[in-house]
Amino acid sequence: MTTSTASRQDATSTRTVINKPRKPFNWRRAGAWTLVVIALIVTISPFLWMLRTALSSNHSLAANAGNLLPADFSWGAFKRVLGLQTPEEAIAEGGSGAAINFWWYLRSSIIVSTVVTVGQVFFSSMAAYAFSRLRWPGREKVFALFLATMMVPPIFTALPNFLMIKNLGLLNTYAGIILPFLFMTPFAIFFLRQFFLSMSREVEEAAMLDGASKFRIYFKIVLPNAAAPLATLALLTFIGTWNEYFWPLLVGQDESVRVLTVGLGVFKSQSPQGAPDWSGLMAATLIAALPVLLLFIAFGKKVVNSIGFSGIK
Amino acid sequence: MTTLTKQQRDPAGRATRSRAGKTGSGGRKSITHRMGDLKIAMVFIFPAMLGFVFFFLIPTIRGVYLSFTEYSILGDPTWIGLKNYTTIFSDELFWNAMAVTVQYVGLNIGFQTVIALGLALLMHRVAKSTFIRGALLLPFLVANVIVALLWFWMLDYQLGIVNEVISWLGLPRIAFFGSEQWAIPTIAFVNVWRHMGYTALLIFAGLQSIPSHVYEVASLDGASPTRTFWSITMPLLRPVMVLVLVVTVIGSFQVFDTVAVTTGGGPINASRVIQMYIYQKAFTESDFGYASALSVILFVILALVAFVQMKFLKGNESDLD
Repeated sequence: MTTSTASRQDATSTRTVINKPRKPFNWRRAGAWTLVVIALIVTISPFLWMLRTALSSNHSLAANAGNLLPADFSWGAFKRVLGLQTPEEAIAEGGSGAAINFWWYLRSSIIVSTVVTVGQVFFSSMAAYAFSRLRWPGREKVFALFLATMMVPPIFTALPNFLMIKNLGLLNTYAGIILPFLFMTPFAIFFLRQFFLSMSREVEEAAMLDGASKFRIYFKIVLPNAAAPLATLALLTFIGTWNEYFWPLLVGQDESVRVLTVGLGVFKSQSPQGAPDWSGLMAATLIAALPVLLLFIAFGKKVVNSIGFSGIK
Repeated sequence: MTTLTKQQRDPAGRATRSRAGKTGSGGRKSITHRMGDLKIAMVFIFPAMLGFVFFFLIPTIRGVYLSFTEYSILGDPTWIGLKNYTTIFSDELFWNAMAVTVQYVGLNIGFQTVIALGLALLMHRVAKSTFIRGALLLPFLVANVIVALLWFWMLDYQLGIVNEVISWLGLPRIAFFGSEQWAIPTIAFVNVWRHMGYTALLIFAGLQSIPSHVYEVASLDGASPTRTFWSITMPLLRPVMVLVLVVTVIGSFQVFDTVAVTTGGGPINASRVIQMYIYQKAFTESDFGYASALSVILFVILALVAFVQMKFLKGNESDLD
């Protein structure tokens, strides 16, 4: 908020200095800012409503549907989701009383997202290095083939991949959820290759003259120099994997490996007689969104600035 | 490296090399040169190649193969030629799914692109702080499933805040996810909300690439902001807009998560989009051959969409030169 107010004041003051006589323009500017504020309200307020509902007592929601503050403030929904309530307490507050293994889903999500992120970023960076800094025959052709698969819609490969995972006996295992994304995505290789191509060759060549092997150069020079794009890619990969729903829905339905997104879908259908446990559901979604929100607060600028690069170029 | 050492050892090598270069026949030396870092490159590329071959290349080929078979997971696929495709052609549910998907894409892309363009212009001219850009990006970073559940609650018929407001205004409540006529527009709206900030940022990146001197000249000539927008911004932004449209339309055609979590394809067939139909064919009815044929068709449609957009909107040409 501070930033927005500051830049607004700043903008208005420059405006008045330069364009003092042109009043209609200032009016236009006020209109533009109104639109910005509306866009921000439309974007942010649903999240506040999520929080408001999560802090409400489920039974009181019906009577206070239009009340902007938490209805009958209570931490019950969070306790219920995290398994800190007895079934009796949960039912009394409008929960289903059925235990949901929220902690277990959270654990699965963390395992899957972490392993995929580390593997994908590392292996993709190795491939990107071979596609940008090493010379070998057929390099461009192989790279073009890699890129071409970016066009194939995920559903298209999902069916045969499901069959393969099934035949390997890996249904409902972490390996099954992780494997297809562990080694590479065309996007990750493309993203890092762009950066490696723009890196200066001088240091690398000096190291080569000193007799350093390609592996040494890759680990000691290329990777440390690429820390920023690697971090950005890792962030994007982690968020993407954390949010993935379709693939884990296909191969990871079982309780023991169920990730949060799949778990939330199940939680929704677990409603007691009559009204669903809305406060519980909102508390669960809020906790599920929390890691991404925290990452975003910490590294938001990186993500925001990477969008143009990754999307267009 | 190799060449260098050999030349040192054998000074005559230089002559041989230049001769070999002229005739074009590769001697031992130029082969090593041409092979370059092949060996080491193979080591670096090995893990990615493993993933590529097993989870991208083979499945793509196998997907095409399965589309010509009848396969219910149990047993082996039986080759049935084009039968899946001919069946699809007269499959009412398929045409319904296509119609529903196209309606969704139209609503989603139409609103999303216009709103995002507006937001991008605001980001570019007025609200320049990264904070605002970040805030507008937020819905995109939250999982589809979470966004879907959040709006499922906010648009609830009985208790949802949106219907509270509607009835407070004296209007009749709307069964957003529960009625046939509203299901697709509602899902389209939810995803407009999720994607508008992201799309705006893509367009914003394009706006930033328009050199500022073009605007300065226009402003010296006394062009009005509207005129500047239509005569300068839009033509120069076109390649970026085409790319953004290609990316967003392709993504939009594959809508699944929101539908799966909220309506599950209903009521009746009202929101059974094509990917939902594929999913149900494969995993509810165990008809993998038919589902594969459907995904081949989806793949072809997406390729056509991308091709047509690039071709007719001339996405790869810039007006800036």
